[in-house]
Amino acid sequence: MFKKFTKEDVHSRSNIKSSAQRGLKTKFVDQFEDLEPVIDNIIPKKSQAILIKCEDKIQLYSVENEVVLFQHFDDLIPTLKIVHKYPQCFPRVQVDRGAIKFVLSGANIMCPGLTSAGAKLPEENLEVDTIVTIYAEGKENALAVGKLVMSTDEIKSKNKGIGIELLHYLGDGLWTLSE
Amino acid sequence: MTEVVAREVYYCGVCSFPPEYCEFGVSLKRCKDWLQDNNQELFDKIYSDDALATQTSTLSIERQEKISQELAKKQLKEEAKQERELQKKLASKVLIKRIERNRRKHIISISGLEVFNIDMKKLAKTFASKFATGASVTKTADKKEEILVQGDVSDEAKEYIEKLLEEQGLNGVEVEQVDEKKKKKATAPGATPAA
Ligand SMILES: [Zn+2]
Repeated sequence: MFKKFTKEDVHSRSNIKSSAQRGLKTKFVDQFEDLEPVIDNIIPKKSQAILIKCEDKIQLYSVENEVVLFQHFDDLIPTLKIVHKYPQCFPRVQVDRGAIKFVLSGANIMCPGLTSAGAKLPEENLEVDTIVTIYAEGKENALAVGKLVMSTDEIKSKNKGIGIELLHYLGDGLWTLSE
Repeated sequence: MTEVVAREVYYCGVCSFPPEYCEFGVSLKRCKDWLQDNNQELFDKIYSDDALATQTSTLSIERQEKISQELAKKQLKEEAKQERELQKKLASKVLIKRIERNRRKHIISISGLEVFNIDMKKLAKTFASKFATGASVTKTADKKEEILVQGDVSDEAKEYIEKLLEEQGLNGVEVEQVDEKKKKKATAPGATPAA
């Protein structure tokens, strides 16, 4: 969704009310329980979050000059900068080395790239529509964030078609957006 | 509860990726040089022969080779493109014209900035506040853009633009200053008008 995103797609910026900021934090933690201990680091109590409204109804939230999360329909999704800082807080999957260049060009992830020998899916099933952070064979840091188009059990059993809709990746317009 | 500390991630100063992903970018050669200069430890971790040899990949060797070939091709192309752009920049110049409005008033016109990816609107704003004067961006007759600044600030503008160019590593670019005098009504007979 940020493949062709640029500064020109930003429409407006506004401070959000403190009640809305508390609501945003609660919702974010609701979605990723493991954020509980760090949410106050990501959005400090005394900070002022800024809502950045963009083309195509994309909404970004920035704190202390860094976009920390964005809204996609009902989901709140962390930016990669946040994933890199707090990797333990989000569900993770791993693609094989061959899939890296496709992911970095913004393509959705096909099931075989998630089930091959170099790939990894969690043993416990992740439901369809879960927001997952995407890692790669032989690499330490996440390279993308996406949404499961089918459950991970289904990805394993079907092993065909698109498994993850790609939302945000290294080098896309959100990554390069300078605040 | 134990305090959770944010993990520090080191990012490449050239392509902005975590350096382990530079190989998939379009500027690997410059990325490598930069990392070697700035973080030897990480450089060794990623690019030492050992690291490359033990890089665990389950891909077949052919597929692996095909990927590296494609990446190398892409990188070469990008490097050539960057080189061309750099040469184009070095061969360009910025022109600052000092234009006499009447005996005491001048404006200056700055052109030739677009090739350097300088945000003209932002620069006009900077000049307006820096020199406490009016500044604007206008289209010239040949459909390019120029910045007009009110006041005799040619030298100050030159200095500032040179600084901007220097930040891009473009020290060799010429910033030329010229004076455009108001045409005298009474030109001496036989005298050639100033160019
Ligand atoms: Zn790099």
